[in-house]
Amino acid sequence: MARVRHESRWYPLEPEESVLDGLLRQGVVVPHACRAGACQSCLMRAVSGDVPEAARAGLKDTLRAQGYFLACACRPAPGSELEVAGAEGLRLRARVVSLEPLSPSVLCVRLATDTPLDYRAGQYVSLVRGDGLARSYSLASLPREGVLELHVRLVPGGVMSGWLSREARVGDVLHVQGPAGNCFYVTGRPEQPLLLAGTGTGLAPLYGIARDALEAGHTGPVWLFHGARTPEGLYLGDALRALAGRHPAFHYRPCVLTGGSRDVAEGALAVLLRAECPRVAGYRAWLCGDSGLVLSLRKKLFLAGLSLKDLHADVFLPSAPRAEAAGAR
Amino acid sequence: MSTSAVEKSVYEQIGGEPAMAAAVEVFYRRVLEDGRISHFFEDVDMERQAARQKAFLTMVTGGPANYSGRDMRAGHAHLVRQGLNDTHFDAVAGHLKATLEELGVPAALVARVLSIAESARADVLNR
Repeated sequence: MARVRHESRWYPLEPEESVLDGLLRQGVVVPHACRAGACQSCLMRAVSGDVPEAARAGLKDTLRAQGYFLACACRPAPGSELEVAGAEGLRLRARVVSLEPLSPSVLCVRLATDTPLDYRAGQYVSLVRGDGLARSYSLASLPREGVLELHVRLVPGGVMSGWLSREARVGDVLHVQGPAGNCFYVTGRPEQPLLLAGTGTGLAPLYGIARDALEAGHTGPVWLFHGARTPEGLYLGDALRALAGRHPAFHYRPCVLTGGSRDVAEGALAVLLRAECPRVAGYRAWLCGDSGLVLSLRKKLFLAGLSLKDLHADVFLPSAPRAEAAGAR
Repeated sequence: MSTSAVEKSVYEQIGGEPAMAAAVEVFYRRVLEDGRISHFFEDVDMERQAARQKAFLTMVTGGPANYSGRDMRAGHAHLVRQGLNDTHFDAVAGHLKATLEELGVPAALVARVLSIAESARADVLNR
């Protein structure tokens, strides 16, 4: 049996139990969301003892060096002892600046942090409420804008999105932890065509990445495809058309499965994408949103000749264990 | 042919790591498009899958790989339980050959790579 020490108490772990599950089971509040080693909401710091390498997969070197690990992916060896602390040191205090609906199902949440968050447009953060409730959201803002912008999908029965849409008020204080993720624009090869595609609030990081690239002076074409089931699932259309008006190289292509119109294509996103960008070899691409779409698009683009090193995917995972009710990002 | 040229591995002769990086994309696309074997290569984590294939290509070209026969056995045991057999091995070897040919590797070197791959057959199929 492994044991975990937290705030001067010992907690035994069941065989194969993760540090996160063991602590939650015994009443310790640990922020968490995806439970799949991706969102980084459950970061903790090892004070003493050995952390399995699997619990540090994907963490930045700076976090590793400070002993941070993912509690959901940490299953200490039988008989071992691990002393852990929370990740409070990584969190920034953030005040709600505005709460505005972008569509019937998406809420724009703007936050001002006490000190600037060091991030790249397109990365994601964990939003942590006072009671420890955490969800992961992508950033739609640019660092120079100061205020952080999140696009929160209103999930039926969702705890965080429900609270944000009904109870949160301007001035409320939360914390943000992060950033994390590798979906962002890197300068260089300014003539390279860029392809950004996503569904739902997968638009948030893409909106940040597209504007970041354009502001960095990218000269090649920038294609942004936003897919939804129906027109009600699309949002930010006016802002994106205005962006296209200012940047001739920027192309905004919304599409829906049913209910298309003069401005909105009807059909599968992959089909529209192939029609607009038939030769993707040499492109750089970012795919964000629903996992089924992101994974199938990534495979299609790779097979069509896009190099893996130019292919960035950010799969939005639902929060767990309430996967049936609550969603992240 | 000088002795040193004979001793040089195919890996070195075709350009080392950058050549492997190019080869892995060609090879990975080929196996994913082959319905006979694509299910063995489907992976949510495409980076990890590509890294494995790069290690495989590095090994069969005589590059710096530290795979032992035992690793090959352990790494494929679950696939053998799913039905991995000689037909699949032959298909993969065929894509390996086609990949090297597509990249312009001379026939003599392709033959050397295929003989190294062949020597791993028993371990891959856990026989």
